[in-house]
Amino acid sequence: MSLQGALVISAALFGVGLYGVLSQQSFVMIMMGLELMVNGSLVATAGLWLWAAGGSPKGQVLAIVIMTAMAIEAAMGFALVTTIFRSRKADITEKLRRLKL
Amino acid sequence: MTSSPLLVDIAFWFFGVMSVVTGWLVFRTDSMVRASFFLLASFLNVGVLLLLMRSEYLSLILILMMAGEMAIMAIFMLMFMMNPAGLNPMNMVHQHRAAVAGGIAAFVALAGIGLVARFPDRPARPQPVTEALGKELLGDSMLVFESAGTALLATMVAAIALASSRGRYGSAYEGSDAPPLDPDTRTADAPAEPEPDEHEGHAGMEGMAGMDHGGDGGGDGGEGMAGMDHSGMDHRGMDHGRGS
Repeated sequence: MSLQGALVISAALFGVGLYGVLSQQSFVMIMMGLELMVNGSLVATAGLWLWAAGGSPKGQVLAIVIMTAMAIEAAMGFALVTTIFRSRKADITEKLRRLKL
Repeated sequence: MTSSPLLVDIAFWFFGVMSVVTGWLVFRTDSMVRASFFLLASFLNVGVLLLLMRSEYLSLILILMMAGEMAIMAIFMLMFMMNPAGLNPMNMVHQHRAAVAGGIAAFVALAGIGLVARFPDRPARPQPVTEALGKELLGDSMLVFESAGTALLATMVAAIALASSRGRYGSAYEGSDAPPLDPDTRTADAPAEPEPDEHEGHAGMEGMAGMDHGGDGGGDGGEGMAGMDHSGMDHRGMDHGRGS
Protein backbone atom coordinates (compact mmCIF):
# COMPACT_ATOMS: atom_id res chain seq x y z
CA MET A 1 0.00 0.00 0.00
CA SER A 2 1.86 2.98 -1.27
CA LEU A 3 1.51 5.93 -3.58
CA GLN A 4 3.09 3.95 -6.38
CA GLY A 5 0.64 1.13 -5.87
CA ALA A 6 -2.32 3.48 -6.00
CA LEU A 7 -0.97 5.12 -9.15
CA VAL A 8 -0.44 1.75 -10.86
CA ILE A 9 -3.98 0.66 -10.00
CA SER A 10 -5.34 3.97 -11.25
CA ALA A 11 -3.34 3.64 -14.47
CA ALA A 12 -4.74 0.14 -14.97
CA LEU A 13 -8.29 1.38 -14.45
CA PHE A 14 -7.66 4.21 -16.87
CA GLY A 15 -6.19 1.84 -19.45
CA VAL A 16 -9.11 -0.57 -19.22
CA GLY A 17 -11.53 2.33 -19.51
CA LEU A 18 -9.71 3.73 -22.52
CA TYR A 19 -9.82 0.31 -24.16
CA GLY A 20 -13.56 0.22 -23.58
CA VAL A 21 -14.14 3.71 -24.94
CA LEU A 22 -12.15 2.99 -28.07
CA SER A 23 -13.46 -0.48 -28.77
CA GLN A 24 -17.12 -0.59 -27.77
CA GLN A 25 -19.93 0.16 -30.18
CA SER A 26 -22.79 0.57 -27.78
CA PHE A 27 -23.22 4.07 -26.36
CA VAL A 28 -23.80 2.89 -22.83
CA MET A 29 -20.72 0.68 -22.93
CA ILE A 30 -18.71 3.71 -24.03
CA MET A 31 -20.09 5.56 -21.03
CA MET A 32 -18.96 2.68 -18.84
CA GLY A 33 -15.46 3.08 -20.23
CA LEU A 34 -15.53 6.79 -19.46
CA GLU A 35 -16.67 6.05 -15.93
CA LEU A 36 -13.77 3.65 -15.46
CA MET A 37 -11.32 6.30 -16.66
CA VAL A 38 -12.69 8.88 -14.25
CA ASN A 39 -12.61 6.20 -11.56
CA GLY A 40 -8.90 5.71 -12.15
CA SER A 41 -8.29 9.42 -11.79
CA LEU A 42 -10.22 9.32 -8.52
CA VAL A 43 -7.93 6.62 -7.14
CA ALA A 44 -4.87 8.60 -8.20
CA THR A 45 -6.24 11.74 -6.57
CA ALA A 46 -6.94 9.94 -3.30
CA GLY A 47 -3.46 8.41 -3.34
CA LEU A 48 -1.75 11.71 -4.01
CA TRP A 49 -3.86 13.35 -1.35
CA LEU A 50 -2.84 10.77 1.23
CA TRP A 51 0.86 10.40 0.48
CA ALA A 52 2.05 13.47 -1.36
CA ALA A 53 -0.16 16.38 -0.38
CA GLY A 54 0.10 16.20 3.37
CA GLY A 55 -3.57 15.38 3.78
CA SER A 56 -4.75 18.85 2.82
CA PRO A 57 -8.54 18.90 2.62
CA LYS A 58 -8.24 20.69 -0.73
CA GLY A 59 -7.22 17.35 -2.22
CA GLN A 60 -10.51 15.88 -1.08
CA VAL A 61 -12.31 18.83 -2.63
CA LEU A 62 -10.59 18.02 -5.91
CA ALA A 63 -11.82 14.45 -5.60
CA ILE A 64 -15.35 15.76 -5.07
CA VAL A 65 -15.01 17.83 -8.25
CA ILE A 66 -13.96 14.66 -10.08
CA MET A 67 -16.99 12.83 -8.76
CA THR A 68 -19.17 15.73 -9.87
CA ALA A 69 -17.71 15.39 -13.35
CA MET A 70 -18.51 11.68 -13.20
CA ALA A 71 -22.12 12.37 -12.28
CA ILE A 72 -22.48 15.01 -15.00
CA GLU A 73 -21.00 12.67 -17.57
CA ALA A 74 -23.42 9.94 -16.63
CA ALA A 75 -26.48 12.19 -16.63
CA MET A 76 -25.68 13.84 -19.95
CA GLY A 77 -24.74 10.48 -21.43
CA PHE A 78 -28.09 8.96 -20.49
CA ALA A 79 -29.94 12.00 -21.84
CA LEU A 80 -28.02 11.85 -25.12
CA VAL A 81 -28.59 8.11 -25.47
CA THR A 82 -32.31 8.69 -24.98
CA THR A 83 -32.40 11.53 -27.49
CA ILE A 84 -30.42 9.69 -30.13
CA PHE A 85 -32.46 6.55 -29.70
CA ARG A 86 -35.65 8.53 -30.14
CA SER A 87 -34.57 10.55 -33.13
CA ARG A 88 -32.41 8.01 -34.96
CA LYS A 89 -33.31 4.61 -33.49
CA ALA A 90 -29.59 4.23 -32.96
CA ASP A 91 -28.04 2.39 -30.07
CA ILE A 92 -24.57 1.80 -31.46
CA THR A 93 -22.06 4.19 -32.92
CA GLU A 94 -22.09 2.52 -36.33
CA LYS A 95 -25.65 3.74 -36.89
CA LEU A 96 -24.56 7.35 -36.62
CA ARG A 97 -22.76 8.07 -39.83
CA ARG A 98 -23.66 11.72 -40.03
CA LEU A 99 -24.17 14.43 -37.51
CA LYS A 100 -27.10 16.17 -39.19
CA LEU A 101 -30.58 15.04 -38.27
CA MET B 1 5.92 6.62 3.13
CA THR B 2 3.95 5.42 6.04
CA SER B 3 4.36 1.82 6.99
CA SER B 4 1.11 -0.07 6.88
CA PRO B 5 0.15 -3.36 8.49
CA LEU B 6 0.43 -6.40 6.31
CA LEU B 7 -3.30 -7.02 6.39
CA VAL B 8 -4.05 -3.56 5.08
CA ASP B 9 -1.46 -4.08 2.37
CA ILE B 10 -3.06 -7.33 1.28
CA ALA B 11 -6.51 -5.78 1.31
CA PHE B 12 -5.27 -2.81 -0.71
CA TRP B 13 -3.81 -4.97 -3.44
CA PHE B 14 -6.72 -7.40 -3.39
CA PHE B 15 -9.34 -4.70 -3.87
CA GLY B 16 -7.15 -2.81 -6.32
CA VAL B 17 -6.64 -5.85 -8.53
CA MET B 18 -10.29 -6.81 -8.18
CA SER B 19 -11.38 -3.35 -9.28
CA VAL B 20 -9.28 -3.67 -12.42
CA VAL B 21 -10.40 -7.24 -13.10
CA THR B 22 -14.07 -6.45 -12.71
CA GLY B 23 -13.53 -3.35 -14.85
CA TRP B 24 -12.06 -5.62 -17.51
CA LEU B 25 -14.94 -8.06 -17.23
CA VAL B 26 -17.33 -5.20 -18.05
CA PHE B 27 -16.14 -5.44 -21.64
CA ARG B 28 -15.78 -9.20 -21.73
CA THR B 29 -19.26 -10.34 -20.80
CA ASP B 30 -21.97 -10.95 -23.34
CA SER B 31 -24.73 -9.67 -21.14
CA MET B 32 -25.00 -5.91 -20.95
CA VAL B 33 -26.87 -6.03 -17.67
CA ARG B 34 -24.07 -8.11 -16.21
CA ALA B 35 -21.64 -5.56 -17.59
CA SER B 36 -23.30 -2.83 -15.58
CA PHE B 37 -23.16 -4.98 -12.45
CA PHE B 38 -19.49 -5.70 -13.08
CA LEU B 39 -18.94 -1.97 -13.31
CA LEU B 40 -20.77 -1.60 -10.01
CA ALA B 41 -18.43 -4.23 -8.54
CA SER B 42 -15.46 -2.27 -9.84
CA PHE B 43 -16.78 0.88 -8.20
CA LEU B 44 -17.39 -0.94 -4.94
CA ASN B 45 -13.81 -2.16 -4.98
CA VAL B 46 -12.60 1.36 -5.61
CA GLY B 47 -14.81 2.49 -2.76
CA VAL B 48 -13.05 0.08 -0.44
CA LEU B 49 -9.71 1.32 -1.78
CA LEU B 50 -10.70 4.88 -0.92
CA LEU B 51 -11.74 3.68 2.52
CA LEU B 52 -8.33 2.09 2.99
CA MET B 53 -6.74 5.34 1.85
CA ARG B 54 -8.58 7.17 4.62
CA SER B 55 -11.01 8.99 2.34
CA GLU B 56 -14.06 7.72 4.18
CA TYR B 57 -16.46 10.38 2.95
CA LEU B 58 -15.44 10.00 -0.68
CA SER B 59 -15.71 6.25 -0.38
CA LEU B 60 -19.25 6.38 0.95
CA ILE B 61 -20.57 8.90 -1.54
CA LEU B 62 -18.91 6.99 -4.38
CA ILE B 63 -20.60 3.76 -3.31
CA LEU B 64 -23.98 5.45 -2.82
CA MET B 65 -23.78 7.30 -6.12
CA MET B 66 -22.67 4.29 -8.10
CA ALA B 67 -25.24 1.93 -6.58
CA GLY B 68 -27.95 4.23 -7.89
CA GLU B 69 -26.26 4.94 -11.19
CA MET B 70 -25.59 1.33 -12.04
CA ALA B 71 -29.21 0.44 -11.29
CA ILE B 72 -30.24 3.12 -13.79
CA MET B 73 -27.65 1.84 -16.23
CA ALA B 74 -28.97 -1.71 -16.00
CA ILE B 75 -32.48 -0.41 -16.73
CA PHE B 76 -31.10 1.53 -19.69
CA MET B 77 -29.52 -1.62 -20.99
CA LEU B 78 -32.84 -3.41 -20.77
CA MET B 79 -34.67 -0.53 -22.43
CA PHE B 80 -32.41 0.37 -25.30
CA MET B 81 -29.73 -2.15 -26.02
CA MET B 82 -29.90 -5.34 -27.94
CA ASN B 83 -29.12 -8.57 -26.16
CA PRO B 84 -29.31 -7.26 -22.60
CA ALA B 85 -29.42 -10.70 -21.05
CA GLY B 86 -26.48 -12.14 -22.95
CA LEU B 87 -28.47 -14.98 -24.47
CA ASN B 88 -26.47 -14.76 -27.67
CA PRO B 89 -22.73 -14.50 -27.83
CA MET B 90 -21.90 -10.98 -28.75
CA ASN B 91 -18.78 -9.18 -29.81
CA MET B 92 -19.78 -5.61 -30.47
CA VAL B 93 -16.39 -4.04 -30.86
CA HIS B 94 -14.69 -2.03 -33.53
CA GLN B 95 -11.05 -1.13 -34.12
CA HIS B 96 -10.18 -3.76 -31.57
CA ARG B 97 -6.42 -3.84 -32.05
CA ALA B 98 -6.10 -0.08 -31.90
CA ALA B 99 -8.22 -0.06 -28.76
CA VAL B 100 -6.06 -2.72 -27.07
CA ALA B 101 -2.93 -0.86 -28.09
CA GLY B 102 -4.34 2.41 -26.80
CA GLY B 103 -5.35 0.91 -23.48
CA ILE B 104 -2.00 -0.77 -22.96
CA ALA B 105 -0.12 2.36 -24.01
CA ALA B 106 -2.14 4.48 -21.59
CA PHE B 107 -1.51 2.01 -18.79
CA VAL B 108 2.23 1.77 -19.46
CA ALA B 109 2.65 5.51 -19.79
CA LEU B 110 0.65 6.41 -16.70
CA ALA B 111 2.06 3.62 -14.54
CA GLY B 112 5.55 4.54 -15.75
CA ILE B 113 4.99 8.13 -14.75
CA GLY B 114 3.66 6.98 -11.40
CA LEU B 115 6.64 4.73 -10.76
CA VAL B 116 9.39 6.97 -12.10
CA ALA B 117 8.30 10.45 -11.08
CA ARG B 118 9.46 11.75 -7.73
CA PHE B 119 6.46 12.89 -5.77
CA PRO B 120 6.84 14.86 -2.55
CA ASP B 121 6.87 12.56 0.42
CA ARG B 122 4.31 14.29 2.59
CA PRO B 123 1.98 11.70 4.11
CA ALA B 124 -1.20 12.89 5.69
CA ARG B 125 -1.19 13.49 9.39
CA PRO B 126 -3.59 11.48 11.49
CA GLN B 127 -6.56 13.81 11.60
CA PRO B 128 -10.32 13.67 11.34
CA VAL B 129 -10.52 13.78 7.56
CA THR B 130 -14.25 14.20 7.10
CA GLU B 131 -14.46 17.01 9.60
CA ALA B 132 -11.62 18.86 7.88
CA LEU B 133 -13.31 18.28 4.51
CA GLY B 134 -16.61 19.63 5.79
CA LYS B 135 -14.95 22.76 7.13
CA GLU B 136 -13.07 23.16 3.87
CA LEU B 137 -16.22 22.76 1.75
CA LEU B 138 -18.12 25.34 3.76
CA GLY B 139 -15.10 27.57 4.22
CA ASP B 140 -12.30 28.27 1.80
CA SER B 141 -13.55 25.95 -0.96
CA MET B 142 -17.15 27.03 -0.83
CA LEU B 143 -16.97 28.49 -4.33
CA VAL B 144 -15.86 25.11 -5.68
CA PHE B 145 -18.65 23.38 -3.80
CA GLU B 146 -21.27 25.82 -5.02
CA SER B 147 -19.96 25.59 -8.58
CA ALA B 148 -20.28 21.82 -8.46
CA GLY B 149 -23.85 22.17 -7.23
CA THR B 150 -24.70 24.69 -9.93
CA ALA B 151 -23.13 22.49 -12.58
CA LEU B 152 -25.22 19.56 -11.39
CA LEU B 153 -28.36 21.69 -11.50
CA ALA B 154 -27.54 22.80 -15.04
CA THR B 155 -26.97 19.16 -15.92
CA MET B 156 -30.36 18.19 -14.59
CA VAL B 157 -32.06 20.92 -16.61
CA ALA B 158 -30.11 20.02 -19.74
CA ALA B 159 -30.74 16.31 -19.35
CA ILE B 160 -34.48 16.84 -18.96
CA ALA B 161 -34.54 19.22 -21.92
CA LEU B 162 -32.63 16.74 -24.06
CA ALA B 163 -34.52 13.66 -23.06
CA SER B 164 -38.03 15.12 -23.30
CA SER B 165 -37.85 17.31 -26.36
CA ARG B 166 -40.38 14.92 -27.78
CA GLY B 167 -42.60 14.01 -24.88
CA ARG B 168 -44.85 11.02 -24.53
CA TYR B 169 -47.76 12.81 -26.18
CA GLY B 170 -45.86 13.80 -29.31
CA SER B 171 -43.66 16.67 -30.28
CA ALA B 172 -43.29 19.42 -27.75
CA TYR B 173 -43.82 21.97 -30.49
CA GLU B 174 -47.20 20.62 -31.45
CA GLY B 175 -49.96 22.72 -30.05
CA SER B 176 -47.57 25.39 -28.92
CA ASP B 177 -48.51 27.79 -31.71
CA ALA B 178 -50.31 30.92 -30.68
CA PRO B 179 -54.07 30.74 -31.31
CA PRO B 180 -55.33 32.72 -34.28
CA LEU B 181 -56.64 36.20 -33.65
CA ASP B 182 -59.93 35.46 -35.39
CA PRO B 183 -61.65 32.68 -33.43
CA ASP B 184 -63.48 31.48 -36.56
CA THR B 185 -60.23 30.77 -38.35
CA ARG B 186 -59.52 27.07 -38.17
CA THR B 187 -56.10 25.64 -38.48
CA ALA B 188 -55.47 22.47 -40.35
CA ASP B 189 -55.15 20.24 -37.32
CA ALA B 190 -58.29 21.61 -35.65
CA PRO B 191 -61.07 20.93 -38.15
CA ALA B 192 -64.51 22.41 -37.81
CA GLU B 193 -67.10 20.61 -35.74
CA PRO B 194 -69.03 18.12 -37.85
CA GLU B 195 -72.74 18.46 -38.35
CA PRO B 196 -74.71 16.34 -35.85
CA ASP B 197 -76.20 14.04 -38.48
CA GLU B 198 -72.75 13.36 -39.99
CA HIS B 199 -71.20 12.48 -36.66
CA GLU B 200 -70.94 8.76 -37.11
CA GLY B 201 -69.47 8.95 -40.54
CA HIS B 202 -66.94 11.48 -39.43
CA ALA B 203 -65.90 9.37 -36.48
CA GLY B 204 -65.49 6.42 -38.78
CA MET B 205 -63.21 8.44 -40.98
CA GLU B 206 -61.19 9.44 -37.94
CA GLY B 207 -60.79 5.84 -36.97
CA MET B 208 -59.69 5.00 -40.47
CA ALA B 209 -57.18 7.82 -40.42
CA GLY B 210 -55.84 6.48 -37.19
CA MET B 211 -55.50 3.02 -38.67
CA ASP B 212 -53.70 4.38 -41.69
CA HIS B 213 -51.39 6.44 -39.58
CA GLY B 214 -50.41 3.54 -37.41
CA GLY B 215 -50.05 1.08 -40.20
CA ASP B 216 -46.69 -0.26 -39.04
CA GLY B 217 -46.82 0.51 -35.33
CA GLY B 218 -48.96 -1.20 -32.77
CA GLY B 219 -49.48 1.86 -30.57
CA ASP B 220 -50.97 4.16 -33.16
CA GLY B 221 -53.18 1.40 -34.49
CA GLY B 222 -54.49 1.00 -30.99
CA GLU B 223 -55.29 4.70 -30.89
CA GLY B 224 -57.25 4.34 -34.07
CA MET B 225 -59.23 1.51 -32.55
CA ALA B 226 -59.90 3.57 -29.45
CA GLY B 227 -61.15 6.43 -31.58
CA MET B 228 -63.54 4.06 -33.31
CA ASP B 229 -64.80 2.74 -30.01
CA HIS B 230 -65.72 6.24 -28.94
CA SER B 231 -67.64 6.94 -32.08
CA GLY B 232 -70.52 4.60 -31.38
CA MET B 233 -71.41 2.78 -34.59
CA ASP B 234 -68.19 1.92 -36.31
CA HIS B 235 -68.70 -0.82 -38.80
CA ARG B 236 -67.66 1.40 -41.68
CA GLY B 237 -64.54 2.48 -39.91
CA MET B 238 -63.68 -1.07 -38.93
CA ASP B 239 -64.15 -2.31 -42.45
CA HIS B 240 -62.01 0.43 -43.88
CA GLY B 241 -59.41 -0.18 -41.24
CA ARG B 242 -59.22 -3.86 -42.07
CA GLY B 243 -59.13 -3.10 -45.74
CA SER B 244 -56.17 -0.80 -45.35
